[in-house]
Amino acid sequence: MTETREPVIEARDLHFRAGASHILRGVDLIVEPGEVVALLGANGSGKSTLVKTLVGINPPTQGTVRLLGEPLTAGRRTTVDRSRIGYVPQRANAGGGIPSTAQEVVASGLLHGRRLALPRGWRDRVAAALTQVGLADRVHDPVHLLSGGQQQRILIARALVREPDLLILDEPVAGVDVASQEAFATTMRRLVDGGLTVLVVLHELGELEPLVTRAVVLGHGKVVHDGTPPQARRDHDRAGHRHQHPHADDNTLGEQARALDLEVRP
Amino acid sequence: MITLMLTDPFMQRALLAALLVGVTAPVVGTYLVQRKLSLLGDGIGHVALTGVALGWLVGAGMGLTPNDALAIPGAVLAAVVGSVLIEVVRRRGRTSGDLALAIMFYGGIAGGVLLIGIAGGSAGNLMQYLFGSISTVSDADLWLTVVLSAVVLTIGVGLRHALFSVSHDEEFAVASGLPVWALNVVVAVVSALTVTVAMRVVGLLLVSALMIVPVAVAQQVTHAFGRTMLTACVVGVVVCVTGLSITYWHNVSPGATIVVLAIAVYAVVSVVAPLVTRRSPAHDPHPDLPDDVDLPAAATERAVAAAKECR
Ligand SMILES: Nc1ncnc2c1ncn2[C@@H]1O[C@H](COP(=O)(O)OP(=O)(O)O)[C@@H](O)[C@H]1O
Ligand SMILES: [Mg+2]
Repeated sequence: MTETREPVIEARDLHFRAGASHILRGVDLIVEPGEVVALLGANGSGKSTLVKTLVGINPPTQGTVRLLGEPLTAGRRTTVDRSRIGYVPQRANAGGGIPSTAQEVVASGLLHGRRLALPRGWRDRVAAALTQVGLADRVHDPVHLLSGGQQQRILIARALVREPDLLILDEPVAGVDVASQEAFATTMRRLVDGGLTVLVVLHELGELEPLVTRAVVLGHGKVVHDGTPPQARRDHDRAGHRHQHPHADDNTLGEQARALDLEVRP
Repeated sequence: MITLMLTDPFMQRALLAALLVGVTAPVVGTYLVQRKLSLLGDGIGHVALTGVALGWLVGAGMGLTPNDALAIPGAVLAAVVGSVLIEVVRRRGRTSGDLALAIMFYGGIAGGVLLIGIAGGSAGNLMQYLFGSISTVSDADLWLTVVLSAVVLTIGVGLRHALFSVSHDEEFAVASGLPVWALNVVVAVVSALTVTVAMRVVGLLLVSALMIVPVAVAQQVTHAFGRTMLTACVVGVVVCVTGLSITYWHNVSPGATIVVLAIAVYAVVSVVAPLVTRRSPAHDPHPDLPDDVDLPAAATERAVAAAKECR
């Protein structure tokens, strides 16, 4: 692999509007190779929208995205090598009207760009990806009969099966039990040691905390914090103090972060 | 008696056409059900009727004999244009796919009846297209059926993994850089071709049944996408060939016979399948999630007990 020191993700002044609502309002985000960046923020702060803009689902209204050093141009031909990027959406789309097995869903992760047919040995690769998420015995199980947490892990396997260099995950452990979270953290640790770069949307750092090298906090469509990860709360019953890192000298940012603390409580 | 049927050249052509339709319609139907567009086939069928009438009008204008020589090319053209248009409307998201389909239904029938009148025919001339007329399959028709079926099968089976990906999770397919728009158009065009292929056998009004009902049967017995498609094809071939054979001895409409047969198979399978595949569920149907609220101790105990009951 060529060792480029270019940023893996480079977003400049990203704006995204959906109709009248201005959802992303000028987001700058750089992720360097080998980083594990946590994307935090209250519900509705725009995390999923940002992630979808980064992977090309939402064409930005303004601003640019570069992935692996190449510009991401929506719709038109892009030179971004999708085989090196894995994406895990927030939750399983309702899926189609026809039940499909874990093997079929995970195998679809092997298709990208101009590759429209499965490569040789795809069954082994799918089995390996399912093993990584602890669902090896579910290869032939229909996905819609699995639990929410297991379905989430199927989506992780679908992203891992192409052995990506960059993994973008949207709340991969929301609603996943602690044991599976620990297993997921262990898998991530091994992959990160192997050179994987990660951008992960999280509601709380949880089991991934030791891995996370940097945290970016979104508030109302803007980056309100970019730096050291917030410390884990010691007292789980007290509101606030989850994201306590606004730039102290900036009053508006402080306001936003405080509002964030309140919204974060379910 | 079977040999009598098999040596009849009319019947040979008809059986071959039925066989091809029996395979192709369920292949395309599987993708339509997968993307929850079960009624797309119907919408295309209605638009194809306008195409039939348009072909008739042009044929009459050019003084061609027979005057419906251009009916099938007209249907192919209208069906392709109509299905691509639906895809464009769906993509724009201005009108819901459901509404766009409804408009296609009305416009297709009204346009067909209007144009056939202008061409100097009557709505009665459209009947054979609406309900099928497999006994009148000519060599030329058969060749067109063979070619179109080959195209549909090559695409529907050859691109099945990519088409599955796009139909299963379109956003993920976009994020993977797959040519999603092109693949969606391919599904639309292939659906249109299938409708026109099946038109002669079951008629435009019943085309969609042949695409959807075998898939509904397959869904009763399998929970995998690939198996669903395969099973649906087997069901499609069996009902098409059986239904057509019945009409060799009994003077009934082949299209209606085939569809009624398919629905009968569906009814029988949905009664029998649960009895045959009865198994105890492999795991607790309730996902094992931590509670987001602090429960009093008694409630926690009850929750643990409830979880045990489900295991
Ligand atoms: N396509 C859309 N059209 C209109 N509003 C949208 C659209 N997508 C997201 N939103 C809104 O944008 C806000 C941010 O959504 P999202 O990015 O999903 O938040 P998060 O993932 O941080 O919880 C929400 O208020 C949501 O309702
Ligand atoms: Mg979200």
